[in-house]
Amino acid sequence: MFVFEFMRNAFLASTFIAITCGLVGVFVVGRNLSFLSHTLSEIGFAGAAFGVFAGLSPLNGMLLFTGASSLIVGGLSSQRSRREASISAVSSLFIGLGILFLSLSNKNASYATNILFGSIVGISVAEVKQLVLLSVVVIAALLVVYRQLVLDSFDATGAVSQSIHRKSLSMFFLILLALSVSIGAQIVGSLLVFILLTLPAASAQYIGRSVPQMLVAALSFSLLGVWFGLYLGYVTNWPVTFFIATIEVIFYLAALVYDRRGTK
Amino acid sequence: MTTEPILDIQKLVVRFPDKTVLKDIDWTIQKGDMVSLIGVNGAGKTTLIRAILRQLRPTSGQIVTHPKQIEYGYVPQFRNVDPDYPLSIKSFVGLTRLKHRLPFYLPKEHQALVRVLKRTNLVQIQNSRLGKASGGEKQRAYLAQALINEPDLLILDESTASLDVQAKNELMQLVRHLNETEALTVIFITHDFELAKQYTKKFAFLHDGALDTGAIEDLTDDFLMKHV
Ligand SMILES: Nc1ncnc2c1ncn2[C@@H]1O[C@H](COP(=O)(O)OP(=O)(O)O)[C@@H](O)[C@H]1O
Ligand SMILES: [Mg+2]
Repeated sequence: MFVFEFMRNAFLASTFIAITCGLVGVFVVGRNLSFLSHTLSEIGFAGAAFGVFAGLSPLNGMLLFTGASSLIVGGLSSQRSRREASISAVSSLFIGLGILFLSLSNKNASYATNILFGSIVGISVAEVKQLVLLSVVVIAALLVVYRQLVLDSFDATGAVSQSIHRKSLSMFFLILLALSVSIGAQIVGSLLVFILLTLPAASAQYIGRSVPQMLVAALSFSLLGVWFGLYLGYVTNWPVTFFIATIEVIFYLAALVYDRRGTK
Repeated sequence: MTTEPILDIQKLVVRFPDKTVLKDIDWTIQKGDMVSLIGVNGAGKTTLIRAILRQLRPTSGQIVTHPKQIEYGYVPQFRNVDPDYPLSIKSFVGLTRLKHRLPFYLPKEHQALVRVLKRTNLVQIQNSRLGKASGGEKQRAYLAQALINEPDLLILDESTASLDVQAKNELMQLVRHLNETEALTVIFITHDFELAKQYTKKFAFLHDGALDTGAIEDLTDDFLMKHV
């Protein structure tokens, strides 16, 4: 399958996407942000539509929209109850805009389908380079704040009495999440990118008992899902996203069973 | 025993928009003390601690420590650890090691972790999930996390409140042991007068925004009748 350049591009891009989303996902799940990452995916769709309309690339449009909305959400409130309401408000606005931009730009329907459901065919070398670069930035940023982020994500109460700027840290993470959503959507599509951000990490919570263990497990689940998904998509000509979603759900169920048996 | 203050609070006032919780409080704690901070719910115990921990800026007054910078170990009053919580006790205890930025522990940090697990009798269950631990085991894990950075002053905020009698006594014996063998200074917050009498030698009683301090023997029923 690697004789085709588009497959080589897709493979390289999805490897980095899987690493980024798998690692970031551990903190998404730890911080209870699954809902927000779902919403950011929808906002990413709007951003991609705007990118198409404005003559940017879909990725840049997404980065713009998810970045902006995560800043708004973070700025509006860090209290969870109030945050859910503000998330809904922000996302409604952005989805509306996305639909508007799509109808204003004269692209055909398959373009919208690619944005929503992902496409492995369309990725150029330049885009792969951008994806790899963004992934490296996100992973490096995670490393820089690693210990503080681990504490704040897995023991918020304990974090209060440490000298951490929790507000800045939370904002910083939201930006990383926005980046990850935008990166991930390039392969699995904006509709299902939250799968890569939540399922491998949720499965990893059943397997690992320390954050490094969870990171390794989430990374493995997301890499295996993406690699097998690409391969099966290539062989069957069915959508890659379908396979990735199915594989991740299977991993999740397996992890759940593993956990139930272990605790008996 | 030499008396050398570790904490000196002078004329402390904390006022919230709707009420004054702490009115002109003076309190000195000596190194190696184990003091109960007692008072009914809502008396302002946690507020006083938050001021000591610099989480809250006092309206007026001073809080001085000796030396100027001391390491605090704080076990917060409320903590939500649901049964699905994924981390092992050992991983949880290590979370507050923030002095380095590395994503892995240095050998000496690992030794510190092993040591604190021993001191808090958690070695046997260090690899089991915190979410599945009993109430007493959880409190010992919280205690261990507060101890891992070798604090000069340990503050337990109602750590015994949700425990059964046996777990209460186990935790208190452990804390007393640390106080006696390592000269660790301890503030133990409670609204349980009996427990305070049983395990601590000094008390500070917070009521109506004022603080009365003394030896635990003076915490008599007569004294309480006057204030409660
Ligand atoms: N940030 C705050 N703003 C306004 N009132 C507060 C705040 N924190 C505490 N209080 C009030 O101060 C009083 C003392 O609270 P607290 O220190 O938690 O009591 P305790 O720990 O002794 O039970 C309570 O009436 C509480 O409602
Ligand atoms: Mg309190």
